[in-house]
Amino acid sequence: MPALVDLTLLEASAELRTGRLSSVELVRACLDAINRLEPAIHAFLALTPDVALAQAQQSDQRLSAWRHNPDRALSPLCGIPIAVKDVLCLKDVPTTCGSKILEGFRPPYTATSVQRLIDAGAVILGKTNTDEFAMGSSTENSAYGVTHNPWDLDRVPGGSSGGSAAAVAARLSFAALGTDTGGSVRQPAAFCGVTGIKTSYGRVSRYGLIAYGSSLDTVGALARSASDLLPVFLAMAGPDPLDSTCMPSAAPAFQLGDGQLPSGLHGRQLRIGVPREYFIEGMHPAVEKGVREAVEVFRGLGAEVQDISLPHTDLALPVYYLIAPAEASANLARYDGVRFGPRLEAQGLLEQYYSTRGQLFGREVKRRIMLGSYALSAGYYDAYYGQAQKVRTLIKGDFESALREVDLIACPVAPTTAFKIGAHGDDPLSMYLEDVFTLPANLAGVPGLAFPVGFDSDGLPIGMQLKAQHLGEPLLFQAAHAYQCATNWHKERPPL
Amino acid sequence: MALTLEEVRHIAQLARLDLTREEEERYREQLSAILEYAARLAQVDTSAIPPTSTVLPLDAPLREDTPRPSASQEAILHNAPSSQEGMFRIPPVLDAGP
Repeated sequence: MPALVDLTLLEASAELRTGRLSSVELVRACLDAINRLEPAIHAFLALTPDVALAQAQQSDQRLSAWRHNPDRALSPLCGIPIAVKDVLCLKDVPTTCGSKILEGFRPPYTATSVQRLIDAGAVILGKTNTDEFAMGSSTENSAYGVTHNPWDLDRVPGGSSGGSAAAVAARLSFAALGTDTGGSVRQPAAFCGVTGIKTSYGRVSRYGLIAYGSSLDTVGALARSASDLLPVFLAMAGPDPLDSTCMPSAAPAFQLGDGQLPSGLHGRQLRIGVPREYFIEGMHPAVEKGVREAVEVFRGLGAEVQDISLPHTDLALPVYYLIAPAEASANLARYDGVRFGPRLEAQGLLEQYYSTRGQLFGREVKRRIMLGSYALSAGYYDAYYGQAQKVRTLIKGDFESALREVDLIACPVAPTTAFKIGAHGDDPLSMYLEDVFTLPANLAGVPGLAFPVGFDSDGLPIGMQLKAQHLGEPLLFQAAHAYQCATNWHKERPPL
Repeated sequence: MALTLEEVRHIAQLARLDLTREEEERYREQLSAILEYAARLAQVDTSAIPPTSTVLPLDAPLREDTPRPSASQEAILHNAPSSQEGMFRIPPVLDAGP
């Protein structure tokens, strides 16, 4: 048998069921790997080894009971170690959002998405690093230090779910939860060579997800393949009385095929559209080549491929960077040094707000709060926020029209592979351009799945994303699984 | 769309953020550049386009208003930087008077 951490999630799950492997052994193997590699990677903000070992013992008991009565339903996640992005609440465990303003915060409740994994028997290893309040594309905006990309420690893992992506890529965890407001699951998945799902808006409860942009925020996950990722997605998805935006029809039930491409709408051959607006000047030639070759793999599997247009793509970036900061400025108004987090003492209440927020928020968070406050302020609301909401309708319409013609949209995740730590300096606009291919799905609410399709000449992973119509995750998983049955890119491991 | 320092200070006040002089200048430059970039949205004719405030194809669902357990006062106050007698403690908001 290979080293325990090299097993796939599904292989580990099968071993746990036979009883040849225990969850406690599996957790210890992950904790050993973390002890060895974490000083170089810094994927985690908090580790919960005691909680994990206690959960593992319980899961071992469940597995043992199941072996006596194997007709009972048991999630493939039972006994599997998983990491959680530090923007999702886990009761009594420090949850910081990568921010000094939540230092020491221990939530009194657990996020629904996390609770559902725990209920399925998954074991929580700890909380992973993130750009502060999920605002960033590199984890460089974390107040607790950058995470290093396991493929090249001088480079960023992407962001904001960079800690989760690095933990999965470095085999510190079998899967990890992330969140995606503008690409924060897909872009780090691409940069770290793992598979990541950005769920449809309304598919997974946001209860216990600390809010950034409420009309855009989605809970997603990362793992080493589509087949490993699926049980995590299935465990989380479904309606929740604690989130009124989580759809009543959100609980899906489907299986992956044996590597065959799924059929398209009305049983016809699967149609994949390649949007011309996603191949732009300035993008890394290796990324374009990798994505186009992957499209050919899909053609070889029997897909019909056609060029399509999403004509308002270039407007997604300005729309996003008005709407998301506007929502953030409202959501982050709650950090006032009164109810949670540290406070900077001052003479009066107002002075306390100013100093606590001014000193404990990081520079990107302050930038977005300022931008959002401006876009919502008297005299500018219609020109900025109002106009952005209208153009958002056009971007959503692009997807609706295209997805009447094709079943899936295939495109790059980001214009480049992982960049060097510090490469963007303090130039926000150049960093925002990293998100140009991921933002549109959030504005439209549609799901996207990112997975590795090759490497550039520096040995860095290249990611591709598939997008489908709202609640179209089954097609995404089945198509990505078919690709991964035909290729081996997802099996490559970083040189650690 | 170049912002003035006055405008930056006004926004910081709306957002309840203390900024250093250096931050005011940096945000003036950076926010101006971002707003300049966003100005391209003004070119789009949206006179017949409704705004999108949600991507969901449903109205807010209703549920019965039934009482259920919630977190204890102790659990909630546990995270407060300062509390007293079951309340959040804050600096005075009214003058003590003459």
